[in-house]
Amino acid sequence: MKRTTSALLAGVALALASCGSSDTTSEAGTDTTAPVETTLVESSDTTEAATEPEAEVGGAPARIVSLSSTATEILFAIGAGDQVVAVDSFSNFPAEAPITDLSAFEPNLEAIAAYEPDLVVYAFDPDGDELATAFDGIGAEAIFQGPAATLDDVYAQIADLGIATGNEDGAAALNAELQSGIDAIVASLPADGEPLRLYHELDENFYSASSNSFIGQLYSLLGVANIADEADVDGFGYPQLNAEYILQSDPEIIVITTEVAYGADDVAARPGWDAMSAVRNGNVVVVDGDISSRWGPRLPEFLQTMADVIAGASVGS
Amino acid sequence: MTAPGLAAPTTADGSGSSDTAVSGALLARAFRLSRTSLALSLVILVVAMAIGVLVGPAGLGFRSVLLELLDRLPFVSVDSGLSDTQQVILWEWRITRVVLGAAVGASLALAGAGYQGVFRNPLADPFLLGAAAGAGLGATIVIAFGYAIGWGPLDSVAVASFAGALLGVGTSAYLGRSADRSPAGLLLAGVAVASFLTAVQTYLLQRRTDVIRDVYAWIFGRLTTGGWDEPGLLLPYLFVCGAVLIAHRRHLDVLRLGDDEARSLGVNPDRVRLVVVIAASLLTAASVAVSGMIGFVGVVIPHLVRLLFGSSYRVVVPLSGVLGAAFLVLADVGARTVLSPAELPIGVLTSFVGAPFFALVLRSQRRVNL
Repeated sequence: MKRTTSALLAGVALALASCGSSDTTSEAGTDTTAPVETTLVESSDTTEAATEPEAEVGGAPARIVSLSSTATEILFAIGAGDQVVAVDSFSNFPAEAPITDLSAFEPNLEAIAAYEPDLVVYAFDPDGDELATAFDGIGAEAIFQGPAATLDDVYAQIADLGIATGNEDGAAALNAELQSGIDAIVASLPADGEPLRLYHELDENFYSASSNSFIGQLYSLLGVANIADEADVDGFGYPQLNAEYILQSDPEIIVITTEVAYGADDVAARPGWDAMSAVRNGNVVVVDGDISSRWGPRLPEFLQTMADVIAGASVGS
Repeated sequence: MTAPGLAAPTTADGSGSSDTAVSGALLARAFRLSRTSLALSLVILVVAMAIGVLVGPAGLGFRSVLLELLDRLPFVSVDSGLSDTQQVILWEWRITRVVLGAAVGASLALAGAGYQGVFRNPLADPFLLGAAAGAGLGATIVIAFGYAIGWGPLDSVAVASFAGALLGVGTSAYLGRSADRSPAGLLLAGVAVASFLTAVQTYLLQRRTDVIRDVYAWIFGRLTTGGWDEPGLLLPYLFVCGAVLIAHRRHLDVLRLGDDEARSLGVNPDRVRLVVVIAASLLTAASVAVSGMIGFVGVVIPHLVRLLFGSSYRVVVPLSGVLGAAFLVLADVGARTVLSPAELPIGVLTSFVGAPFFALVLRSQRRVNL
């Protein structure tokens, strides 16, 4: 029995750390629109919103708490930064975000209430959908924005945050910037040639991200062949690959993130991995886990890093 | 299943020592490990390991693998037709994994048999005395606070979880001994120590949610090994502690008669328990350090041996080692191939395959003797 619980926990941790399955995200799209309407209606007759100096016309929230590091980045990028009073312990970007020790994974309602928020944005609800009610109880609107499954989810979440905070123009500008930035990066890629074989390693048990995951879709945009796809039979997005298969697939690019406790040298030191194309040609990339695990304004930064690697690897091969 | 209590049952007073000696001699003959069952178990192990080496996601071909194995024999040189990469896959990944699976399976089953004998409890598990919680805490500390750097040939996480497992068992043993000299005291101390260590680990994970994945990747059962570091760490413990446990198999049989009987037969029950617990704990700690927590094997394999071959520890201890190894190697073949090229977690496989099989054997037999 203990074993079963442990296995379940592992599954939860996995889904958590690898940023989401498609079910949570499909809810996100619908959830985001509903609270937006109520925000506009209800906050117009709240006195706090009216008395706050930075409150905008139409009763935009003036005391936002963000429990999502992605939402924090979006809020600051669309110009809602001044309205943000507290962000969770993982919201380490941008530097001016008012970081606190609020936990995004074990939300402490009392600690959140102490900031007297009128809007709470969050990406994870440990108890299913109880947080929305709880935030309502402390007089705050709640917007749930779970991990994005597609780029369209990203654009929709940005637009929703724009409406909810009275920064529609900022949100539209950010979306336009993201879209053109991504298009430019994709256009800059070498057009011809075989797609490069890529392996994205999540941990040393060879969990990987297939094209069904969000990050895998970004790799697809860049025109690479993801070796995890063959293993992702049920479409979950994060299959555990067999070591023999990875060796046999001979990936030309290996991506690990700063979220793991080992580096490119450790990957190269595994038996036989020194003969892999990616290792021989120096294409084992360590990407910033904060950027690669968030679905926010810094996506072009991640895509640009990968595009540079792909361009270099194409020349090499 | 007849479940004896945690404490050793009281024995009938006044049984003459000559009677006991005679019954002991009869017991010895009746419960000796037969050559047939040993041979049968070894054949099962060899077949399991052969399947493990021949089958895998890379599909190297039976013929090529056999030729490659022949090629490594002294004075034999044949061309297996395997590429360099395929040779690495076979020697550094597949064979090492089969060896590691066999070593972990043997270690856990031997440790389980030892603990069950000492505690006379059918549910005794290698992770009972805080080994699992201690290993988890050790791994968490190292991963969460960034000391996860290589330390010689060994991963510092492996070293920390080994140390943690020993710390867990050591604390349980210390508390259990000072509280009460019966095995029940030790068991209860193990429960307390495990809860405490788990609480500390949970607290640390709460503070460092970002490392949950790494920690769980380490703790949950896995046999993904490349190279000989992991088997190299475990095998010395398996040979030494396995030998100690097998050497004490007669003493475990004597313990079944109760402490007073054991003393009258010249066996010091406290000393036997101490030695067996130390050997079993070292085996458990080394297993957790290289492969995380793989459940089921340690609890069920000894029972399987009892049901199939007899309940004397002369049979149970050695055959648990052999069949535990075979079982985990076979389970791992499933883990590697069922979803190939994806993996199935080995812990899922051991319970999924093992539990129904065990239930079947259990149903066909009437009672379990400890």
